[in-house]
Amino acid sequence: MSEKQTTTITKLQRLKRDRWLYLLLVPGILYFLIFKYAPMWGIVIAFQDYSPFKGVFGSEWVGFENFIDFFQNPDFFRLLRNTFILAVLDLVFFFPAPIILSLLLNELRINSYKRTVQTFIYVPHFMSWVIIASITYIFFTTSGGVMNEIVSYFYGKEINFLSSPEWFRPLIMGQIIWKETGWGTVIFLAALASVDQEQYEAAIVDGAGRFRRLWHVTLPAVRSTIVVLLILRLGNFLDTGFQQIFLMSNSLNRSVADVFDTYVYFVGITQGAYSYSTAVGLFKSVVGIILVLGANKLAKKLGQEGIF
Amino acid sequence: MPKMHNTPAGRVFDVFNFIFLGIIALLMVCPFLYIIAGSFATEAELTRRSFFIIPETFSLESYKYIFSTGTFTRSILVSIGVTLVGTLVCLFFTFTMAYPLSRKHLMGRSTIMNLIIFSMLFGGGMIPTYLVVKSLGLLDSYWALILPLAINPFNLIIVKTFFQNIPLELEESAKIDGCTEFGIFWRIMLPLSKPVLATFALFYAVAIWNDFFSALLYINDNTKWPVQVLLQQIILLSQTMLNDPTSMGAEYVEPPEQSLKLAVVVVATLPILIIYPFLQKHFAKGMLLGSVKG
Repeated sequence: MSEKQTTTITKLQRLKRDRWLYLLLVPGILYFLIFKYAPMWGIVIAFQDYSPFKGVFGSEWVGFENFIDFFQNPDFFRLLRNTFILAVLDLVFFFPAPIILSLLLNELRINSYKRTVQTFIYVPHFMSWVIIASITYIFFTTSGGVMNEIVSYFYGKEINFLSSPEWFRPLIMGQIIWKETGWGTVIFLAALASVDQEQYEAAIVDGAGRFRRLWHVTLPAVRSTIVVLLILRLGNFLDTGFQQIFLMSNSLNRSVADVFDTYVYFVGITQGAYSYSTAVGLFKSVVGIILVLGANKLAKKLGQEGIF
Repeated sequence: MPKMHNTPAGRVFDVFNFIFLGIIALLMVCPFLYIIAGSFATEAELTRRSFFIIPETFSLESYKYIFSTGTFTRSILVSIGVTLVGTLVCLFFTFTMAYPLSRKHLMGRSTIMNLIIFSMLFGGGMIPTYLVVKSLGLLDSYWALILPLAINPFNLIIVKTFFQNIPLELEESAKIDGCTEFGIFWRIMLPLSKPVLATFALFYAVAIWNDFFSALLYINDNTKWPVQVLLQQIILLSQTMLNDPTSMGAEYVEPPEQSLKLAVVVVATLPILIIYPFLQKHFAKGMLLGSVKG
């Protein structure tokens, strides 16, 4: 009993001693409460027939009606398919790109050349999606775009890249690879730089060629980094980049361009169906969290370090 | 790199790798070079030549035109203002929160950290966030472009780790000299974290300058649009947003359409291209100082 009391006193004393630190914390905590946690609480409207005039407390509860509506909507399968295809393409084409690029960069012997290449390949990362999309439009447009002039020279006629559904996915993949591959190498190059050089020397003594050194020394060294990034990537599996897709979609490629995120925007913000679109967003978040937890568990089972 | 014994095949690979990476690097910057060159070229050259990075003709026509329109000048000013104020606000929120969280003796520290990490994994989503911003009365306010972005949790964690790595002795000796916790933060920690401050100032500035989504969601009044939204309207929707009736005088000239689009992209990109050398120099160092070690 008396021991408990002393700890209470110490706690109070600790609070008093650290009062300046707690004061510094106030703005940050307010930020998280207002802009992160209040929206989480706002998810309850997914289970309501929310009306902005009645507010969260006055609106009628409808249970899972919004979710059932969504699953029964013909849009559901189209959105699921589009989101899923983009996510898989992303995993297959975009995810390995920085790994391959950093392995190649790592093989460069001339350091000044390596640094120059790095300086160049980071640039697109700092551009906004609007700029990337604008550049894509300028290059791929049928009215005088560079790409179409090349295409018509070899192929005889122009291709309407920007508004054909079959070109939407390749363009999206091309954009993200172009914009983010260079930046993605930062973390892998750091991991590669920390590989013990003696291992390479030992491998050379054992007669390992370059490819074998890559396979037996370099790759195992970055494996844990790859796994962690893969888990994080899976967590955002359904987060097809909203800005990118929103900017590249138009009335002609909508059939392949509509994904959960853009649907939430169009139905929620532009049409005002708050409850319904919140339900769609929640469905997406829950699937995402299940994926990340599952991937993490799988990684641990396979003897890798997870992220939790 | 240790000295490696190299086979002829290895040497061939080296040459190909050298050339391949050079091509990749050029592919990354060529579009920008074309856009910049094209924005200075005349309309006639743009229709005649398909790709170039050195214009034969030189004209400032399109720049003169866009800066003569009220719409464009206004949106540039909005973007500059929001970026400057926003960067300061973001730094304030991030650094004041990161410092207390770096003190291991602070009660409730791990709870707060767990809540932050949870918010990175799960969020309310677009609509509930929109409703919060709306209920705060921030719709059509410039603060809507700043406050929702005030803390980037990844940045927060890196800054926190940086503060943790500053030796405790510094803090103790300051305490003996009678410095309060607040004084330690202001007089010792902040000056020590200048490279980190610079790094994150640049990151936040880039994020705010590039942000298109917040303006799309929260700003309906088109006189308050930042330049990214104007860019989307002009190029992606091909709307002639620049034909602002208020700025059209009697001497109205037909704008050079193609080079005008390129010039708008250049102006929207320019601040990034200007700060990029600084950014490039700083981020490696700044990130390293606060590298996430758990």
